[in-house]
Amino acid sequence: MTNTAPQSSPPKPKLAVWKFASCDGCQLSLLDCEDELLTIAEHIEIAHFMEASSRSVAGPYDLSLVEGSITSEHDRQRIQEVRAQSKYLITIGACATAGGIQALRNFADVKDYVAVVYASPEYISTLQTSTAISQHVAVDFELRGCPINKAQLLEVVSAFLHSKKPNVSPHSVCIECKLRGNVCVMVADGQPCLGPVTHAGCGAICPSYARGCYGCYGPKENNNTAGLSHWLRQEQHLENPALVKLFRNFNAADADFRKASEAHEENQNH
Amino acid sequence: MKKTKTIKVDYLARVEGEGALYLKYVDDKVEEVRLKIFEPPRFFEALLRGRDYTEAPDITARICGICPVAYQMSAVHAMENALQLEIDPAVRELRRVLYCGEWIESHLLHIYMLHAPDFLGYPDVVHMAKDFPEQVERGLQLKKTGNKIVALVGGREVHPINVRVGGFYKIPAKEELQKLCEELKQAREQAIETVRWVATFDFPEYERDYEFVALSHPQEYPFNEGRIVSSRGLDISAAEFDATFEEEHVEYSTALHSRLRERGAYFVGPMARFNLNYDQLSPLTRRIADETGLSLPVVNPFKSIIVRSLEVLYAFDEAIRILQCWQPPAHPYTETAAKAATGYAATEAPRGLLYHRYQIDANGEITAAQIVPPTSQNQKTIEDDLAAVVPAFQSLSDDALRQRCEHSIRNYDPCISCSTHFLKIVKDKQ
Repeated sequence: MTNTAPQSSPPKPKLAVWKFASCDGCQLSLLDCEDELLTIAEHIEIAHFMEASSRSVAGPYDLSLVEGSITSEHDRQRIQEVRAQSKYLITIGACATAGGIQALRNFADVKDYVAVVYASPEYISTLQTSTAISQHVAVDFELRGCPINKAQLLEVVSAFLHSKKPNVSPHSVCIECKLRGNVCVMVADGQPCLGPVTHAGCGAICPSYARGCYGCYGPKENNNTAGLSHWLRQEQHLENPALVKLFRNFNAADADFRKASEAHEENQNH
Repeated sequence: MKKTKTIKVDYLARVEGEGALYLKYVDDKVEEVRLKIFEPPRFFEALLRGRDYTEAPDITARICGICPVAYQMSAVHAMENALQLEIDPAVRELRRVLYCGEWIESHLLHIYMLHAPDFLGYPDVVHMAKDFPEQVERGLQLKKTGNKIVALVGGREVHPINVRVGGFYKIPAKEELQKLCEELKQAREQAIETVRWVATFDFPEYERDYEFVALSHPQEYPFNEGRIVSSRGLDISAAEFDATFEEEHVEYSTALHSRLRERGAYFVGPMARFNLNYDQLSPLTRRIADETGLSLPVVNPFKSIIVRSLEVLYAFDEAIRILQCWQPPAHPYTETAAKAATGYAATEAPRGLLYHRYQIDANGEITAAQIVPPTSQNQKTIEDDLAAVVPAFQSLSDDALRQRCEHSIRNYDPCISCSTHFLKIVKDKQ
């Protein structure tokens, strides 16, 4: 029987799931592994996962999954504690990896934001910026996506627990799109698409549903955002404000997309 | 001599998001109750300003990973209200199917993973699965079916990509929808078993006189359309929401508390919908509801798990009804053009009424946005419940009373990420 392990078997590795500023969608991806969840629990001790369990086992942890970005002084300190208790720390999703949609505040004055939403701004304690976990502590792996892909999550968790490199392709959404046999939405339909510069992982779902990629997996390595912007300007007559919005959404604060959006903002002033 | 006690829960488990509970009582009289939401604010209403109206469904989906479809639906309906767009009836029906998928996966997550462990005495579903393997397996497989609906119609389970102002980017192939429909028919039997199972739980004796608020529609159980009505005679359109409800900012919460201007606390969510729209449920759902012996109105919030399971059954039944005779629209969406306008919409998120209001300018840029999620609307009622739970269950041990308090919060399936943080209870005697 699988659940009657002999006494001498080594203890199960301990997994912790942590939440910072986020929508809970990436940690939900773990609960969305309906076919695998109970098997995972046979091999891994889910030691701390507040959304799923009222039982919390004290650290240290073999693997911590971190969702969400740092937006408060309290969280800036808490992530240090999480790191100190974790052998491996993996960020899951665009918030933890790039600051998330809430990093739009980095391009504005957060005081204005507070005043728009809250009647009594003095009750609200928040940082001017929403920042990625890697800006605060060492991160062992960053899993991209808004939200993450659950198959990739399983691959990464399994790889780390076996001390091997996760098999997560670094290519662009464009490649995934070609593999699906889609007709290019940019060329055929004249739709703006961030597929050429966006990290793969979603399976090119947006072009498969007849719309351009909006970059929710963030920039791939060695991307050419300037080339893509040039093309969108020449061929689709996109103007600066549209280009700023295109690059400035769920991964707005990721260095490459930030540069790409700011480039068009600066041009507006010339 | 008077005895002062406090119950504190610093981080509430099995809810979405971060919150805490603080309760102080002298003898059996509660002096202070605070559902503290400490989730860091993300300022959606501010960051939406200056974005294009077409971006609202993609951006607001990110408010909540559990109910992104609800945000997308309220957003597109509010924009369509602003632009006075007519939507193809086939698109409208497909939106109902998508919403059914979200109710199914969200409700099943709560029923099996977050709420049932309270009734059966487990910390989580993994521990519960050791003693209830068949039931847990059933819950997981049903949830997966809900996810399949959202994945097919919406493009992916979390933060769907196929929803746009005016309709959908692409209509899924009819054969795929038919295949899905067959799976739903199989799953519907399991949904009935879920109702029968949760109806056997032991329910604490507890009732209160609530004002229930939900959408109501003359022909259908409400998802996307209807008037906002209440059990005490409220009957307004979404455009009248601001005049009828107000949001209050309290020091201990990053979520705003919503209240009826005239009467204060109210109750949204499955129980409110069920009590106000029972006659619109499918015959099968009503038959199974009668079988459980529920009597209307349901006023014991611990029984919300039965109501939620009945809504799951309804969602399967409704999705099947639609898909069996559904014909694709001529175009996936109605063309849209920007104009200066204000739009209002309320739709029924799994946790209850979700109100959006947007003001857009002639270029289609959002100049103002207001979003009132269900959990902010229930916060006051949750606090009032806690104030009543303590005297009602005085005979319980300290630990059991704390658990009962947490359980009574989970009755509402609160989503703190939506409302912006949530609970840990420590009781210290003085």
